[in-house]
Amino acid sequence: MRHIFKGLMTATALASMMATSAHADEPKKGGTLVTVLGSNVRNLNSAVQSGIVTGFPGAQLFASPLRYDENWEPQPYLAKTWEVSEDGLTVTLNLVDNAKFHDGTPLTSADVAFSVEVIKANHPFKSMFAPVESVETPDAHTAVLKLSKPHPALMLAMSGQLMSIIPKHIYGDGAITDVKAHARNNKDVVGSGPFKLVEFKNGEHVILERFDDFFIEGRPYLDKIVMRIITDPAARAIAYENGELHMGAFESLPRIINRLKKVESLTVTSDGYGAIGPTDWLAMNTTKGPLSNVKVRKAIAYAVDKNFIHKALMQGTAGDSTSGIHPDSPFYAAQDGYDLDLEKSAALLDEAGFPVKDGSRMTLTIDFGWPGVKPQVEYVKAALKKVDITVEVRSSADFPTWAKKMGTGDFDMSWDTVFNWGDPVIGVHRTYDSTNIHKGVWSNTQGYSNARVDELMALAAVENDLEKRKALYAEFQAIIADELPVYHTNTVPYHTVYNTDKVGNPPIGIWGSSTPIDMTYLK
Amino acid sequence: MIFLQTLLVRSVYAAILLIAVLVLNFSMMHLAPGDVADTIAQANGGADAEVLEAIRAEYGLDQPFLVQLGRYIGNVLQGNLGYSFYYREPVTDLILQRIPATLLLVFSAQIIALIIGVFLGVVSAQKPNGLTSHFVTFIALFGYSAPVFWTGILLLIGFSLQFHWFPVAGMRDVTIEGGLWIKSLDILHHLILPMVTLASVFLALYSRLTRATMLEQLRTDYVRTAYAKGVPHRKVVYQHALKNALSPVITLAGLQFSAVISGAVLVEAVFSWPGLGTLAFTSILARDTPTILGILFFSALVVIVGNLLTDLAQKLVDPRIGGKG
Repeated sequence: MRHIFKGLMTATALASMMATSAHADEPKKGGTLVTVLGSNVRNLNSAVQSGIVTGFPGAQLFASPLRYDENWEPQPYLAKTWEVSEDGLTVTLNLVDNAKFHDGTPLTSADVAFSVEVIKANHPFKSMFAPVESVETPDAHTAVLKLSKPHPALMLAMSGQLMSIIPKHIYGDGAITDVKAHARNNKDVVGSGPFKLVEFKNGEHVILERFDDFFIEGRPYLDKIVMRIITDPAARAIAYENGELHMGAFESLPRIINRLKKVESLTVTSDGYGAIGPTDWLAMNTTKGPLSNVKVRKAIAYAVDKNFIHKALMQGTAGDSTSGIHPDSPFYAAQDGYDLDLEKSAALLDEAGFPVKDGSRMTLTIDFGWPGVKPQVEYVKAALKKVDITVEVRSSADFPTWAKKMGTGDFDMSWDTVFNWGDPVIGVHRTYDSTNIHKGVWSNTQGYSNARVDELMALAAVENDLEKRKALYAEFQAIIADELPVYHTNTVPYHTVYNTDKVGNPPIGIWGSSTPIDMTYLK
Repeated sequence: MIFLQTLLVRSVYAAILLIAVLVLNFSMMHLAPGDVADTIAQANGGADAEVLEAIRAEYGLDQPFLVQLGRYIGNVLQGNLGYSFYYREPVTDLILQRIPATLLLVFSAQIIALIIGVFLGVVSAQKPNGLTSHFVTFIALFGYSAPVFWTGILLLIGFSLQFHWFPVAGMRDVTIEGGLWIKSLDILHHLILPMVTLASVFLALYSRLTRATMLEQLRTDYVRTAYAKGVPHRKVVYQHALKNALSPVITLAGLQFSAVISGAVLVEAVFSWPGLGTLAFTSILARDTPTILGILFFSALVVIVGNLLTDLAQKLVDPRIGGKG
């Protein structure tokens, strides 16, 4: 025992020594970082386009008012300081005075006001800036956001890819709603971020180059970023392994992650996905049939063995998820899981009035929207057979076919993956809000409705005191875990892969690759 | 003159075929549940209901089916393939950007498959039961029965991962600086693996067919006569017999042209080759109807032209084939 302890000590000492030596590395300037995007980019303008593929180039091209450190604390970026008024209805941003756009024009508060207007009109997440009534611009470097109600979610919504400041003199030449189709969203893009666009070839690559007049002195470190578009995960894995790619994010296949972890030259980490907050769950339609009975939903949770999902299906690559808020979020309150208990499950089903008749208690369907989660769905079928629930797996030809079923409530159960997108107001509320039932994919598709949950979300949305807000979300999570409109199983095993000897300071903060990589360098 | 007439008749058929392709596929796309608004929401990581409705209204997806179809066909007749819903770019631009890469891949694979396939066929026909012949059969059947994406990954693991001889993906290395010559070499370097992968399927067909027709030719009277006259073996095989054996091979190659294009979709996906195949693949997944229809339109056009070229080639190798086709 003592030996093991001693060995552990040495290992920790060694690890900390290695950590210090890694810190001692001075960032080097120059070089071309070759990285990858896993699917084609629809639009580079992150003010009008969300999503993880746009997030990476978007955050390099455009700067946002704030950025976040790894402890979820806001840090200055375009805004050197900011104040929230006592009543929470006024947020003042004091902008840096040396920020320029890539065409040389200075960035002013008018651009901030314009960008908020564009995002409100075009961005798919309406909840981010819905309470922002107007943006006042008392001088060129002060922007004052006037809110209709306190809106703590605004802080995270002003960081990462969510609030890209775009130049009014370029994108303001037509109607506000036309910006989503602007000709310069993919060509001659102009932002104020650390890198400017050299070339975007649809299906091939995005090439960015250092912006010499970037407002942070001495940054970025890299001269150039080549983002290759490689959609096949197996091909990407080979390219990391043979050194063609220095870095990549959002790798999610357990088999490939575990294989890459064994490659000596690579570091494979699940850090950097807290704010995007991707979680997997088993959705249960609470509006019809046996699943409208909470006892049946609980019985299903007791019969589905999360341990099997984590060990066998995710092969140890995914984290636990219990409450709808990503475990890395400051608002996460872990809930007791439903440990496998077939007897309890059967008892609950009996109680709910579903005795075994001719070998089956009921027949339910289960859907899935993409091939990657078919094993989970097949497992649910097998697991529920043990408590005499017959499950029919329904395949969908493609994503829209599945999305249509979900969006209109035409399903019993389904596997689903939903992202938090920073603050719970942006990505979490949509799933449980009773005014958002069956409004397309990733709305409240389960038809869940609970007055107290609605009230808690409404209170948390306007609560500026962090501790009080956490308490509200803790109660919210406890109810969700108890009433189970969805059964939370695991976080999506997104991993960032980089060449240990080549890449210094990879983007593994809360927003992962959806942040400016002005501090990333090549060793 | 007869040739011109053929061309005219062919063009009329082609126009009818193209419209049929569009109407049929438009209808099929419409029958499937869900639409591009869902995939746009997917790319965004979600979207509010009002945003989804706005997208549907913008693209006219809330209009009755016949109105949508009529609008689309009307635009096509005016030479306008429309805007991609997903990328918001003119479909013609999207396709024209991608066409060179696909043509390069498809033609080079087809030519390589033909040259090597015919050569292997001829070699194995001369000693049909010899070791070489069995070896050729084995290689050919292996290439034919293995799925292309599997062959592709296998070649990647072998030649990119183990030996580092060829790059993994894409069509060029943008970090390479240099003139046209260096850039062309770079493209060739990237082309080899996808080309071999795609060729492996069709090589089997061509070598098997060449072998069979060559065996047939080598047993004919004129070959015996040639030998009797004292014509050397090599000359008999390559100048007399092969010329007659080629005709069915060329017909097959022409017929296979559409298969090569559809094979290219998978090969392009594996190697991230920036051609029409990857565009087709992503557009189908995205339900981007105008882009898919545009690609089908161009593919149909390529197949029609390919068939026409086949007819011409046949006339070159066999003058007996008449003008009516």
